[in-house]
Amino acid sequence: MKNLLEVSDLSVEYRTYEGTVAAVNGLGFSLAPGRTLGLVGESGAGKTTTALAVMGLVPSPPGVITSGEINFAGRNLLSLPEREMKKIRGNRISMIFQDPMTSLNPVVTVGLQISEAIAAHQNLSDKEAEDKAREMLEKVQIPGQRYREYPHEFSGGMRQRVVIAMALACNPALIIADEPTTALDVTIQAQVLELMRSLKEEFSTAMIMITHDLGVVGEVCDHVAVMYGGRIEETGSLERIFDGPRHPYTRGLFRCIPDIEEKTSEIRPIEGLMPDPLDLPKGCPFHPRCPEAMEICRTVIPPVSDDGGHRVMCHLYGKGGEDRG
Amino acid sequence: MKTENMTLPGPKTGEREKRRSPWWEVWRRLRLNKAAMAGMAVIIVLVVVAIFAPVLAPKDPNQTNMKARLQPPSAEFPLGTDNFGRDMLSRIIYGSRISLYVGFVAVGIGAVFGGIVGAIGGYYGGRLDNFLMRCMDVLLAIPQIILAIAIVGALGTSLLNLMIAVGISQLPRYARVVRASALTVRGQEFVEAARAVGASDARIIIENILPNCMAPIIVQSTLGVAQAILSAAALSFLGLGIQPPTAEWGSMLSSGRQFLRNAPYLTFFPGLAISVVVLALNIFGDGLRDSLDPKLRQ
Repeated sequence: MKNLLEVSDLSVEYRTYEGTVAAVNGLGFSLAPGRTLGLVGESGAGKTTTALAVMGLVPSPPGVITSGEINFAGRNLLSLPEREMKKIRGNRISMIFQDPMTSLNPVVTVGLQISEAIAAHQNLSDKEAEDKAREMLEKVQIPGQRYREYPHEFSGGMRQRVVIAMALACNPALIIADEPTTALDVTIQAQVLELMRSLKEEFSTAMIMITHDLGVVGEVCDHVAVMYGGRIEETGSLERIFDGPRHPYTRGLFRCIPDIEEKTSEIRPIEGLMPDPLDLPKGCPFHPRCPEAMEICRTVIPPVSDDGGHRVMCHLYGKGGEDRG
Repeated sequence: MKTENMTLPGPKTGEREKRRSPWWEVWRRLRLNKAAMAGMAVIIVLVVVAIFAPVLAPKDPNQTNMKARLQPPSAEFPLGTDNFGRDMLSRIIYGSRISLYVGFVAVGIGAVFGGIVGAIGGYYGGRLDNFLMRCMDVLLAIPQIILAIAIVGALGTSLLNLMIAVGISQLPRYARVVRASALTVRGQEFVEAARAVGASDARIIIENILPNCMAPIIVQSTLGVAQAILSAAALSFLGLGIQPPTAEWGSMLSSGRQFLRNAPYLTFFPGLAISVVVLALNIFGDGLRDSLDPKLRQ
């Protein structure tokens, strides 16, 4: 199948007074229509910046996209003028933000916010946009009667459903969900995830799910990409990554999850902290924390080794690691 | 599809839809605020008085009567007469027309243009913001009354020019207030969310930035009306505003000043009228701000 979204060699920098933050470094991934990619990583790994780059919303200044291509449905988004991007945003690609408490305008009714999103892209009368917005509210299981209520009259989970309705309103080909369940409590998380999954199937929308929760990934994603220090360290299908993580960082992440069937007295966190993005280590960005770091890791950025779609960026699997078996 | 058998919390679907407009909602909450309602009642009374001045005024406000100069309040002249024997009550009633008109229109001019400048500066930031705000600083650096004198001096004396002058001299305050709140609103996630659904800058400013800046604009405006009335009065006193025979509170106040010792009612009543309007506007504005804030809605 032809890919809907293809990102290659994407690099984004934030030029601040303290120095240049290399947020994303030569990132590449692709996404087929209707599929879900889970973008996993710690805070500061560059997940949100990647999402904003796809939306064309990297805050500038200080953000600068220094290289790369983002091909969406055959067009390079990075070379499109702002006017064209506006037509794509919300219409073909839309975004769900992390905190539903702040991602809705507090002084405008939820219904109007949804119908505005529709009206921005479709040539509809006010009445038609309103009907469509009510329909979208019903889709996310909020009674259409609540069209004229304000965001503060909704609970957190309901607000996030309103945000989802807004994102889906123009039936986009791609939804970027930036930690959509982080601000919600666990039971509501499950409902929202379930809703997103069923709506995604109904509308056959592709989705990029940004999260640091591997549980969420396991629930909704087809593919997984693990980010660290602005790079994708490991990527592959959900099964491949979950059954046989290869990169030491990915393995470390899985060790952090307590197993419900095993009696674990303590979980083992990954030693150390995320590197300072102002001063990323030379070579593999993970080497200062890596239990299996070798001499070569300190100096050379590892090449990508591909094992039938399961790609790893680590010297253990490239030529550098062969002598270790 | 799994959607059908999923149950999510929410009100019963049979619930009657709220078909109220947001303004109805504001009104509902405003009604609960007794002080604000009192303020509004005073303003409404004054507006009605201003509109029906010819019907309500017992005498012609410009009719001089040399036999009855500087009369203290009496049955015939409830608020006394001035140094030309004109009936003070009639003059105050007629004066409310000019004072309220100047106050509201001048604030309208200041708030609309200042609001636009502030919202644009705050939203776009950077050099444009710098330029606009430095222009406002220039206006702010000149004392308000002197700026107004200069503008009226340049445009010539007329009621419209008076309002323009007072409006422009108030403009930087609105620009600053709106810019300050636009800066905080701009950083909110819902603005980014609006951008993510493809809204244009103009739409974001009108729908996201300005409504969220309403509270300080309203408070500033109610205070501003009071100040505009005073500024207009001061300009009239200097001969740059309302020309003498026309009744206006400010000019009545200042012309009564020279008879303060013998006829204090000449300054007392116009001064009282100004104070009452100012107080009523402030109380009302305060209540309006509370009821406009949807976060306080029950």
